[in-house]
This record gives sequence, structure tokens and C-alpha cells, in this order.
Amino acid sequence: MEVPFWNKEIETLDRPMLEKLQLQRLREAISWAFRTPFYQKRLPQAGITGPDDIKSLPDLQRIPFTEKDDLRRSFPKGLLAVEMKEVIRIHSSSGTTGIPTVIYFARDDLDRWTDLLARCIVATGASAGDVFQNMMTYGMFTGGLGLHYGAERVGMTVIPISGGKTKRQIQTMKDFQTTVLHVTPSYLLHIQSKLGEDGVNLADLSLRRAFIGAEPHSENTRRKIEELLGIDAFNSYGLSELNGPGVAFECVCKKDMHLWEDAYIVEIIDPISGQAVENGQEGEVVLTNLVRRATPILRYRTRDLAFLHPEPCECGRTHRRLSRILGRTDDMLIINGVNVFPSQIEEKIMKIPEVATNYQIYVDKKGALDRLTVKVEIYPKLFLGEVSKLEALRGRIREELRSSIVITPNVELHEPGSLPISEGKAKRVVDERPKD
Amino acid sequence: MAKQLTVFVENRAGRLKSITDSLRKSNIDIRAFTIQDRGDYGLLKLIVDRPNDAYLALADLGYACALRDILAISVPDQPGNFHRLTSALADHAVNVIDAYGFVLQPHKTGVCCMEIDQPQLMKARDIVAQAGFTVLEDDELYNL
Repeated sequence: MEVPFWNKEIETLDRPMLEKLQLQRLREAISWAFRTPFYQKRLPQAGITGPDDIKSLPDLQRIPFTEKDDLRRSFPKGLLAVEMKEVIRIHSSSGTTGIPTVIYFARDDLDRWTDLLARCIVATGASAGDVFQNMMTYGMFTGGLGLHYGAERVGMTVIPISGGKTKRQIQTMKDFQTTVLHVTPSYLLHIQSKLGEDGVNLADLSLRRAFIGAEPHSENTRRKIEELLGIDAFNSYGLSELNGPGVAFECVCKKDMHLWEDAYIVEIIDPISGQAVENGQEGEVVLTNLVRRATPILRYRTRDLAFLHPEPCECGRTHRRLSRILGRTDDMLIINGVNVFPSQIEEKIMKIPEVATNYQIYVDKKGALDRLTVKVEIYPKLFLGEVSKLEALRGRIREELRSSIVITPNVELHEPGSLPISEGKAKRVVDERPKD
Repeated sequence: MAKQLTVFVENRAGRLKSITDSLRKSNIDIRAFTIQDRGDYGLLKLIVDRPNDAYLALADLGYACALRDILAISVPDQPGNFHRLTSALADHAVNVIDAYGFVLQPHKTGVCCMEIDQPQLMKARDIVAQAGFTVLEDDELYNL
């Protein structure tokens, strides 16, 4: 297999050199952090008075974690390290929880981020000459603009169509013979289900690759996408606090995502103790941004659960691989005392051919007990009109889930296309239990 | 064989209307219908004049639907005849999964529609014919 590189020297830098570079950049990042009101207060509280207190990479652990709430409390300028006139772009999180967070980019910051994304794109085998349809939302959300500039730098033909308007997406894929998509997995499956409705079929398209990200999904979802569309799908990881997409990306080997360790330091910790887990174990991802001047962020707790592959990838890159996101420390559902991750449920559902690609997890209370209901859609092509087969399907889903998550859910069967799908992130979990 | 159109339908307000609206627009004539209720969903079973067209109209809208072969049996509308029919099937150990009936002309002709397990379907047709009933084909069913 041919392994393409964007910046082979950096991507294959040997580990001692890479770690040396990390230490040097970490010290620079700390000096930038000291220009922000937030870290001016936070770092001395932990006994750190300047970059000289960090003499080796393990000294990183002396730096306190930065949490999402720290970013909220610092809104709007508590984490700004440069003059506003140096800021050429602002990105802000969606603020679904109420208070927004903001990230500022100076010119060099955007340049470095764009370069990371070019690296990601080229690692998948995509190149200049590809036609890139970017279905992520543009605007304050980092998913759209981030890949946009990366794709332009690679030299792809970029279609900045943004999200939504499924019919137009399909027509555009045909009109310009799009070869590469950037899209959430749930929306891509939605689009796939609409192929053929207006006379545009898969055979009319030239799709080869999809970059999928911005929401957790299982390996079975990826396979379903690849089989239904006949393409290669590459997992993407990023979060707005750490620039957005481009933190980690899969290469042609498709065996989890290279995390660019010249730009980020990654740690995997036990979310309860805050201590590093053993090599290769699952835990919360903690990231330090090494190369962003305008908004330096140190040891950010992402709330994402994943693990790092200790062994190197066949592609020759030395940057370690992050697993897919296995769950969120904050989206874990506790149902009658049992911990359940929505990803466990998805993993099982996506294995069953008789259900379509959309589903919903619904939690409420019946008396004193929590009640879990899993809603799935019937897949029309395998519908035979027999109650016995439907009930057997219901029983099979219930049994598959019981063996995986220990509790037995209600399983509801729904009409194809009836469960809510937002044209961005799917609304997979509805928790209607009264809050104490 | 007569065809029954079976449609998966969620048990909530407005779902039937959406189906009937589509059939109306396709100018489909409904001869009979019944709903098998399963709590959160039901199966709407329809006998219509143009089953293939009706199927395509609904499938185009994304409905999970299926055309199934059923036994449509003409039964004289007099006391005891339905019993004669069920006895004939019972004597040969044929199980009926679901059934419904309607009267075409009071005191003259009724029709009984039966879903039979696929492996037993042909056998059931012969049994019913031997017992003196007329098994209706699609066209006969609509042109009665």
C-alpha cells in the first residue's frame, strides 16, 4: 500500500526527537499562557511561575487541568493571549449548555491549524484533483471552515455547501462529480437513504472517500457507510477548544486516528482520580495545545473516553493513534445504577440488518425505576409484512442489548424516516427523567 | 392468488391519514381493510383494486410495506358457512395466522380473507376448493 504524506519529516520524526520538540513547544505554550488573565492566576496557584519550572515532559503533570467550565468562566477574554488586533478569526462553541466558549486565532494559529488539516487529508490518500464537498456547518462551528482551508491548501476543488438541504447535496454530488465528503455519519446515512428518490442513484456519483466526525459512532456504522456507498470512510477527531477537526485523523490504514503530537500533547487519565492510566488503557483524553498563541490551552479535559494504541502504525508515522471515541464522561447514562454508554447501544443496533440507520435512546421514569426505551426504524427493504418476524426482531434487539448493557430495554419499532434527525448532529439520547 | 398490501404503521395520530392520502392521490380503490394492532405499531392490511400501484405509491414515500399472497374465499352469506370453512381447514391442520371478512351483497355473498403460513398456502387453497368454496383471484375480488 502506498502511504502518502503531507510533511513526511514531521509525521515520521523519531520519538526522542518528537518528545524534544514537544518539550520545547510546551515551554513556549506556558509562556504564552502567562499572557492570559486566566493562567496568570491559575498557574502560580499550582506553584508554576514560568516555563523554567517545566524541565521535562513529566513535569507537565504539575500543571492543573483546564475544564470546560474554566473556558465558560473566562468568556469572553480571559484566555486571550494577544492583542485583539492580532486576532483574525473567532470560533465559538455552540453553547448548547447556555454559556458559550470562544477560541481566538492569530494569523499563525490559523496557518498551523490549516497545515494540520492538510496533513489529515493527504494521510487518507485524498489529493489535489479531488472534488471535496464539505457538508459540515460553516460559521462559528469549527467543523466547516477548518476542513475548508485544509482542503484548499491541499489543492482540492472545494464545494462549501455546508450542512442540510439533502436534495441539493445529492444533486451537487452529481453535478460536480464529488469524490470526497466531509460529513457527520448520521447525516451521511440519511443522505444515502434518500439516494434514488429524485432520480440520482449511487451509480451516477463518483464518491470515493468520506471524512466522518463530529459525533460518536461505532465501527459498525463506519462499515455500514462503506458498504452502502462503496467508499472508504475515515474517522476524524477534534474539538473546538483544541482548534476543531484535525487533532487526530485516520490514515490509509484506517486503524484509528494519528494524533499530531508535534501540535498536541495527549494524556489519557482516569476521569475520577485524574491520574494517568496504564499504557493502552481507556480513559479520558486530556490535550495540551502546543502551537496556538492567541488562546493557549493546557491540559484540557475533553470528557471524551478513548485509548492510545501503544504500538506504531503500519504507515510509518510515529504519532500515536487515538481510538475512536468510546463515550463521553458526561453522556454516560446511569440507569437503575448501571452505567450505559449510548455507543454500546449503537454498536449492537447497527449490526442488525432489518433496522434502518436511525435510532433513538429514550430514558424516563416509571414509578421509582428508570426505564430505557430503544427506538429503531424498520428497514423497508427487509419488511415482509409478518407480525411474527417483527416480534422476533424486537426480541432479538432486546436480547442483544441485554447481553451488552446488562439491563433489558423496551424496544419500539418505528416507521422508516420517522425518528428525528437533525441535519447536523443526530439527537440520539432523550433523557426525560426529572432532575433532582 | 389475491394480493394483500401490508403496511407498517406507527400507532399515533395522523399516520393512517398519511397513507390514505397517498392512496387517494393515486386513485386507488379500497375494497377492504383491517388493522392488526401490536401496541406501539400496527399492520394495516388492505385489499385494493391495483395492489402493485398502491405498493409503489407507498414505497416511494418510504413506507415499509409488502405484498403478500392470501386466500380470498367467496363464502355464501348464510348461517354455518364460515364454520364449514374453518372446519375444512382444521381437519387438515392448517393454521390461520390472521383473517377478516366482509359482506359484498347482504344474504348473498361474503368474502373471507385469510393469511396462511407460506408453506401451507397452496395446500389450503386446494382444501378450500375441495370443500366447495370459490377461491378468488385478484380480478375476481374487485369485480364482484
